[in-house]
Amino acid sequence: MSAALVLLVAVLFSAGTYLLLHRSLTRIVLGVGLLGNGVNVLIVTSGSRPGAAPIIGRDGTPTDSVPQALVLTAIVIGFALVSFLVALAWRNWTIDGNDSVEDDVEDRRVAREEAALEAGRGDVAHHEDVEP
Amino acid sequence: MNVWLALPLTAPLIGAALSIIVRRLMVQRAISFVALATSLVAATVVVARVAIDDEVLVTRLAGWPAAVAITLVADRLSALLLVVAVVVLCVVLAFAIGQRATDERSTFYHPTYLVLAAGIAQAFLAGDLFNLFVAFELLLMASYVLLTLEGTDAQIRSGTTYVVLNVVESIVLLTAVGLVFAATGTVSMAELPARLAELPDGVRTGLNLLLLVAFGIKAAVFPLFFWLPDAYPTAPSSVTAVFAGLLTKVGVYAMLRTQTLLFPGGFDTLLVVVAGLTMIVGVLGAISHAEMKRILSFHIVSQIGYMVMGIGLGGEAALAATVFYLLHHIPVKSSLFLVQGVIERETGTSAFDKVGGLARRSGVLAVLFLIPALSLAGLPPFSGFLAKFALVRAGLDAEQYVIVAVALAGSLLTLVSMTKIWTGVFWGEVRPEPPEGRVGVLRHHRAMTTATVVMIAGTVAIAALAGPLYHYATKAGAQLVDPSIYVVAVLGS
Repeated sequence: MSAALVLLVAVLFSAGTYLLLHRSLTRIVLGVGLLGNGVNVLIVTSGSRPGAAPIIGRDGTPTDSVPQALVLTAIVIGFALVSFLVALAWRNWTIDGNDSVEDDVEDRRVAREEAALEAGRGDVAHHEDVEP
Repeated sequence: MNVWLALPLTAPLIGAALSIIVRRLMVQRAISFVALATSLVAATVVVARVAIDDEVLVTRLAGWPAAVAITLVADRLSALLLVVAVVVLCVVLAFAIGQRATDERSTFYHPTYLVLAAGIAQAFLAGDLFNLFVAFELLLMASYVLLTLEGTDAQIRSGTTYVVLNVVESIVLLTAVGLVFAATGTVSMAELPARLAELPDGVRTGLNLLLLVAFGIKAAVFPLFFWLPDAYPTAPSSVTAVFAGLLTKVGVYAMLRTQTLLFPGGFDTLLVVVAGLTMIVGVLGAISHAEMKRILSFHIVSQIGYMVMGIGLGGEAALAATVFYLLHHIPVKSSLFLVQGVIERETGTSAFDKVGGLARRSGVLAVLFLIPALSLAGLPPFSGFLAKFALVRAGLDAEQYVIVAVALAGSLLTLVSMTKIWTGVFWGEVRPEPPEGRVGVLRHHRAMTTATVVMIAGTVAIAALAGPLYHYATKAGAQLVDPSIYVVAVLGS
């Protein structure tokens, strides 16, 4: 496991986490992509030392094949996840015209009730009055 | 290679592939039923062999050697959950077809539903951590699609939260699997116990925590539950019934497996504390809402607390109680959402300010709600009482009086929130006015009613057959307490 790869994992994880904390769905998608690749690099480095290429007739032990197989699967899954998220972001954009993650309807209702109570008006917004 | 063990997973996958090709609704429905029926037969054979021959079934797909093969393992816990899951999937499929909702007409509903079934089956049978991750991805990907199939504003909004949170969970889980592999050089659940025991305490604790966080998000325990009550109410009732019954329980199963097999006694106190908070916060959330689907969604969270409590208490009796709790909870929770689905289909909503007086319109429907509702709250003579009684007794034996008190208070509050649904939906003025010349609610929705009645009859049967079932659960608990049974069965095969 080389220090450069460890550093790469750290950078990918931190950048991915940073992007994930945003409200914009596009940034979240990018963050998921970075995090996914960070994990992939982590699994590759967790295998044994790099081996010689497994070409017939050449000597040398090949590297452990299990992490390679794991990463291959993980890459496919990550690709599917990112494409689904992009589709979701696109749908969100066609409905709302923006790509930010919205608050929960109930959360907004509670917040509105609280604001109404603080204003001292007392007329609490009813369930169906809240625009979704 | 044991075909019966592979069929619950492969039959739905083959069905999914076929039905995405044919695209004709009637053919798709037929394929779904055939695939799930095959799955059900195979699961029944598996559970019978596990119970009667008292063995742990192991198979390696395509006969590969142990180091590279995909291993499927069925011990008592896996086999039981597998058969319950497939039964619930079959009944809910019948309900979904009877519901005549728009999403069931979609070309992608049936293929996705079958993929979900395959993912759930694989999660219960997976013999290594990486395949557990793949199974999670399979069922999560299917659940993303089912949750957002109609593509409405509300579904996309809550679907986004659900998808992003679960993607984060997947990444945490994959990181944990990668680190486990880095530390031990294997992901096989049979080889891990010995190798994890050699690790330094700090590394082991770190790995355990990562896995716990991943499974905790999936199981929706406090404080990682907040995505659930937001996402589930927007999906159609048939979809929510499967999600509520099975998806969170897959998380509980994974937690149960890792805590007993890989990290025995790792975080018992933490789990008990988390369990207590999950029960109380979940049920308080349920009480504070005025819409049936939301109340039921919060109940899922609260009920997860009871299962986590059993895991945290540890020991044979508590684990047996947890297994029985899982067995009771899956059909009960699903049937509550099915009843809600009938109400929503009839009236268009289940918000308390718009619906009322349903008991006057259909007494049978009220009874159909009452049986699982009282069972969930833990009243005798229903299955919930037996499950909670076993759990409380295990807690008293372990002298954990605080968590027992919290569990009993949680049950009482569950009952309070159920009476809230009862007064809101079934009592009061008849609202909205039934259409002219309309026969009873149930006669109008015959297919949905049949499916609901079958599911509720199943929950009553669990209470009636509690003796043999609890005997099975006790043996499952004994298997969980002694990891060497699992290890020897897998490595020796």
